[in-house]
Amino acid sequence: MIVPLFAVLALLTVAASLVVVLHTNPVYSALGLVATLFLLAVFFVALDAHMVAALQIIVYAGAIVVLFLFVIMLLNLQVEARAMAPAPLVVVAAAGGLLLGGLVLAAVLREPELPTAAVGPGYGGTEALAERLFTAYTLPFELTSVLLLVAIVGAVVLGKKRMP
Amino acid sequence: MLELAPLGWYLALSAVLFAIGVVGVLVRRNLIVIFMSVELMLNAVNLTFVALARSMGSTDGQVIVFFVMAVAAAEAAVGLAIMLQLYRGRETINADEVTTLRW
Repeated sequence: MIVPLFAVLALLTVAASLVVVLHTNPVYSALGLVATLFLLAVFFVALDAHMVAALQIIVYAGAIVVLFLFVIMLLNLQVEARAMAPAPLVVVAAAGGLLLGGLVLAAVLREPELPTAAVGPGYGGTEALAERLFTAYTLPFELTSVLLLVAIVGAVVLGKKRMP
Repeated sequence: MLELAPLGWYLALSAVLFAIGVVGVLVRRNLIVIFMSVELMLNAVNLTFVALARSMGSTDGQVIVFFVMAVAAAEAAVGLAIMLQLYRGRETINADEVTTLRW
């Protein structure tokens, strides 16, 4: 058990995600998101999900966040005057967030220790993942391709012409 | 295997990240930052899926993460296109100033 290392990584992850939520400059928020995604990829590797960790970095940090940064640069967004909601709402949201986090934390830590199953050497690799994906999950996989096609068409149509 | 911590710790971290994402959606007014907070929540759930998949010794949780990533990519593409269109028409992406659909 290397719990101290986990604690350091977890604190870094929480700090990076707080930058996403609290920084008034959207570019810094995007960079905080990149840091969060990379740290989560580290946790995925620790959980033997090597393929998912690689996808996390390539697809999330490499493609989705770059898309965010493109739009931020395109819109030339500076630090806004009113980045946050009115103060009462902020207080309620923060209290609600603490409550939600505390509730789930309490529920999780109350559970008895869950066992960790023994897994073979190929667990979490491309082959194991592909085998499940193309046998048990063939239909969802095909539907995902349709979803992505619809998203492509939607993005092209929305981005093309000036709407009234 | 590189065993960092028991499963409960991963679930706790995931809960904290999810709560931070919820607060971000409620508190921020910039639509792009609201979007990033949604991505944060999706990733918190991904961590739960991967941690529980490891605990059960099954690959299914990791396959679901694959689908979540695809949905997040589609959502980001369409959502950001909508924001571009919104900015062209209104010169703002502040959630308080886009209230046409609010009753």
